Amino acid sequence: MARRVAIVGTGQTYHRSQRLDVNGRELISEAVIRCLEDCEVSIKDVDAIVIGNMDHFESINYVDAWSVEGSGGHMKPIMKVTTGGTTGTSVAIAAYYHVASGLFDRVLAIGWEKNSESDTSAAIITCSDPIWDRFSYAGAIPSLATEASAYMEQYGVTQEDAARVAVRERAHAGNNPYAHLRKPITIEDVMNSPMLAYPIKLLDVCPRTDGACAVVFAAEGVAEKIALTPAWIKSTSVRHSTTWFGDVDYNTGLVSLTRASKEAFEKTGIRESVEEIDVCELYLPYSYAGLKWIEAIGFCGPGEGPRFVSEGNTDMGGKLPVNPSGGVMSTNCIGATGLIRVAEAAIQIMGKAEKRQVPDVKTAFVTGFGGCWWSDAMVLGKKKPL
Amino acid sequence: MTNWFEDVAELTHKGQIKVPYTWSVGEVGSRFLVALRDQKRILGNRCGQCRTVFVPPRNRCGKCFGEIHEWIELGDEGIVTAHTIVRYNHPIQPTPTPFAYAIVKLDGADVGFIHIIKEDLGRLKNGVRVKARFSESRRGHILDIDSFTII
Repeated sequence: MARRVAIVGTGQTYHRSQRLDVNGRELISEAVIRCLEDCEVSIKDVDAIVIGNMDHFESINYVDAWSVEGSGGHMKPIMKVTTGGTTGTSVAIAAYYHVASGLFDRVLAIGWEKNSESDTSAAIITCSDPIWDRFSYAGAIPSLATEASAYMEQYGVTQEDAARVAVRERAHAGNNPYAHLRKPITIEDVMNSPMLAYPIKLLDVCPRTDGACAVVFAAEGVAEKIALTPAWIKSTSVRHSTTWFGDVDYNTGLVSLTRASKEAFEKTGIRESVEEIDVCELYLPYSYAGLKWIEAIGFCGPGEGPRFVSEGNTDMGGKLPVNPSGGVMSTNCIGATGLIRVAEAAIQIMGKAEKRQVPDVKTAFVTGFGGCWWSDAMVLGKKKPL
Repeated sequence: MTNWFEDVAELTHKGQIKVPYTWSVGEVGSRFLVALRDQKRILGNRCGQCRTVFVPPRNRCGKCFGEIHEWIELGDEGIVTAHTIVRYNHPIQPTPTPFAYAIVKLDGADVGFIHIIKEDLGRLKNGVRVKARFSESRRGHILDIDSFTII
């Protein structure tokens, strides 16, 4: 039987487009030190480390070993996890598994990326099959654009509908001192930004960011002694699908997210997700995801995303605030991106979110997205799970 | 069942990943490389917690996780603690063979400095003293030290 596990501390860097003052290891240590200070845990008391970033993004292949100076992992068990965009949520879930297994009491999860060090598109193409997909369907933006245009045709969704999501994310980022892009934008700004691949324009997509995030997971019995209000992990779910880009049905919802959300909700007894969840940190890498993917989660019906968002439900003060942090479209240090979702959800439960705090958060929902349309989901709660 | 596979020509595709990188050296590493480039000086630094003197310098101790602030100028000489003489050629190697990869314990440092020795390989053995030979054209790179020479 799995042990109960809680997040007891978090730390992140002030995310920027380029951090010339630090190398990767030094960037990692900034987040780790902030995290350890946040929960007043010594590196000596950390039993194991899980770390992740993207292969080929910094040309570092053994990040678990290479990063020891920054992670504090000298002479400790370290596991590297890399699963594309979901890396950060996979790191969190792997750290959760470590503690839940009963083998480790305190596990440090780290996600990081120094996107400024490489050409992201050139590096990310190595995720595609070199025989079948790499030369005929390259890069993250075109595949997301294909999904978006199919969704627009199916439900009569407009570019302005999607721009509303970009505007929300940036408005929220203004409350988050750690966010990379914090300047407010308007629907007109989004509409006037350069077209990349129809219907995605520059302000419809996430940036490339240098940044790191660290989170300490602790076991029941230990967690309560470390944190005044631990953020308990109530459920996790992982749905990683095929890597054949052509096997994805672009005209249906994001099936992996639907299934991961459904399982995560069922495990913890959530029936009316919009009513029972107080805040979300969703991995929305581009504006159209903020419409279509909230339908996939089940917050509203197919084609209802634009209205759900335009009515203000997902804004701060709305029925279900989405991404008080500003989300992926404001900060995207890829290996850290999913872990930042987890950390921000924990911060909301712990009541430490300052200007971006949603009042009285009891239940928070997190998603991760990556690779060829796969998804992670996590429910966190203020109350220790039964 | 047909044995169709007996006649299939098995194909392979050649490929090469070319990704351009721009690695951040960081403030600590930059100070070391600028001193190497502009002044032919080798800087190390000492961990405030466990007192280990590192070269190249770093901002945090990998062993005890302590912060490092104290800079130290090291000598440009030291002793070889371990080495190998390389005799096969490969594009990854910094210089034509034969040459030696050597761990050099610089005077004043507690950890080894990884570098190469190009000449006088017949005299190379662990314990010999060596001295840094700087390149004529320096660019803020670890090979601003061309190699070490046996004294």
